[in-house]
Amino acid sequence: MTDLMVDAKNIAKHYGNIEVLKGVNLQVKRGEVTCLIGPSGSGKSTLLRCINHLEKHDAGELFVDGNLVGYELKDNKLYERKSNEICQSRSEIGMVFQRFNLFAHLTVLDNITIGMIRVRGIAPDRAAEKARELLRRVGLENKESNYPSQLSGGQQQRVAIARALAMEPKLMLFDEPTSALDPELVGEVLDVMKDLANSGMTMIVVTHEMGFAREVADTVYFLDQGVIEESGEPQQVLSNPRSERLQGFLSKVL
Amino acid sequence: MTTDGDQTYRVVPVRHYGRWVAAAVIAVLTAMVVHTIFSKIPTGQVACSTSNGVRLCHPIMEWRFGWDVVFQYFTSALMVKGLLITIELTLIAMLIGIVLGVLVAIMRLSPNRLLSIPAWIYTWFFRGTPVYVQLLFWFNFAALYKTIVLGVPFSSAHFFTFDTLNITAFIAATIGLGLNEAAYMSEIARAGLISVDEGQIEAATALGMTRAQTLRLVILPQAMRVILPPTGNEVISMLKTTSLAASIGVLELTGAAQNIYASNYKIMDLLICASLWYIIMTTILSIGQYYVERHFGRGALRNQPLTPIERLRRDVRGIAGKMHTSRPGVAQ
Repeated sequence: MTDLMVDAKNIAKHYGNIEVLKGVNLQVKRGEVTCLIGPSGSGKSTLLRCINHLEKHDAGELFVDGNLVGYELKDNKLYERKSNEICQSRSEIGMVFQRFNLFAHLTVLDNITIGMIRVRGIAPDRAAEKARELLRRVGLENKESNYPSQLSGGQQQRVAIARALAMEPKLMLFDEPTSALDPELVGEVLDVMKDLANSGMTMIVVTHEMGFAREVADTVYFLDQGVIEESGEPQQVLSNPRSERLQGFLSKVL
Repeated sequence: MTTDGDQTYRVVPVRHYGRWVAAAVIAVLTAMVVHTIFSKIPTGQVACSTSNGVRLCHPIMEWRFGWDVVFQYFTSALMVKGLLITIELTLIAMLIGIVLGVLVAIMRLSPNRLLSIPAWIYTWFFRGTPVYVQLLFWFNFAALYKTIVLGVPFSSAHFFTFDTLNITAFIAATIGLGLNEAAYMSEIARAGLISVDEGQIEAATALGMTRAQTLRLVILPQAMRVILPPTGNEVISMLKTTSLAASIGVLELTGAAQNIYASNYKIMDLLICASLWYIIMTTILSIGQYYVERHFGRGALRNQPLTPIERLRRDVRGIAGKMHTSRPGVAQ
């Protein structure tokens, strides 16, 4: 077993004529928090979505937990994996979206249990028990029978985190989890994420929250125009940026 | 009254004279319509009687709208049987329409063209020909094929044979109405499916749900909110469209009415009788539609609006409450 949770080598991805990722390398160790920063359109979200195969990368090798994402290597050929195998590996990676994407027709509790019951096959009462425990963990124990539309953005995002955690993921992906929130609600979501990081969860976070990156991240990657421009420890990347583009970016966001 | 410091003024509302005139005109017209509907006219015959050696004669009157005949036939065996056939036709045709329609909609949205093009052709064909012609077509299907055989294609081996002369008027009506409805339902279902936010599908996919699970557990329940109101209209519309089946000899409500007035010539009376049944059923369906839509609207609104019954109960309770408590005095 390798100590790398994610190992991306030379990942490329294009939509039509637009090259979004131009050979990106990314290594994430188990238990580490990695932050991806960069201007919009730099390919951060696309890279994140390749990791759980919501997007298919066009070139390069992508390993999650030592396994190739989306393909199987046999006799020197890459065989595309069957959709049920891809679903299985996706279920082991939690994802939190910018727009929360809670299931609007389900209560908070049902949002959290649906994956456990339908994908994992856990008995409904066991699933509900675990969902309540997770709701306590994100501080929303009294909201289980509310619908998402009755919650604030920050509360919705915390439910979304609980929904992802319910699947007991080995890796959590966060796609700008606080970008759609009112400023006063950002803190409550970041607090939950910090707790999660302290519990030893492997996390990849696309974010514009430089404070969070500085405090929590083990490694920060700066993406610009589809390439990794700079990476390293947050102190070094955020305080002593070497490239001109990162200096320009930081001067705008800080 | 309102207060402005210590001074109080009387508030004079705007007078809408135009509205008063319009209301008066409408009231008079309504009275005229009600009067004529429930008026009596002379039959042309005279009834005479003799009492105390005086012979009294007066013209025999009858309802202009034949209400006595209407209610005489309203619950007659033939009309009630026709009513049941109408309900049966509506239910079966809508069932075929909804199941097949959703299937065609899903095919239509498939990235595979071998699925989406046939789905488009289906809708194009069944929407492009009149439903009346389609009913006649299925009723006369035996002229095209004598038998329908289930077997191995391009060989003589077969498991099952159906004689198309066994297609009764009722079966032809069910198939015709159902297949036609499926074309309209597929467009309604398609609108519902594409109305669900892309993010919902991504979230379901990221949880590890298969495409079928995502469709069944996430997309369809949310699409329902968009699909249901027009589907309710389709059910109501179908209930009335079943009357076309009378033309191929199905004795549903309209067919039964025709059957009766063919022998007693009470044409208007029986048409009114059938219409009353139609309007009773569409009213019941409208009420049902309200509650079904409410059920699938969960989560879409922060707070569900009250049902009319709940609103009535609240108002009654409010009035009762006011009668018990003394109201605070208005500023004088």
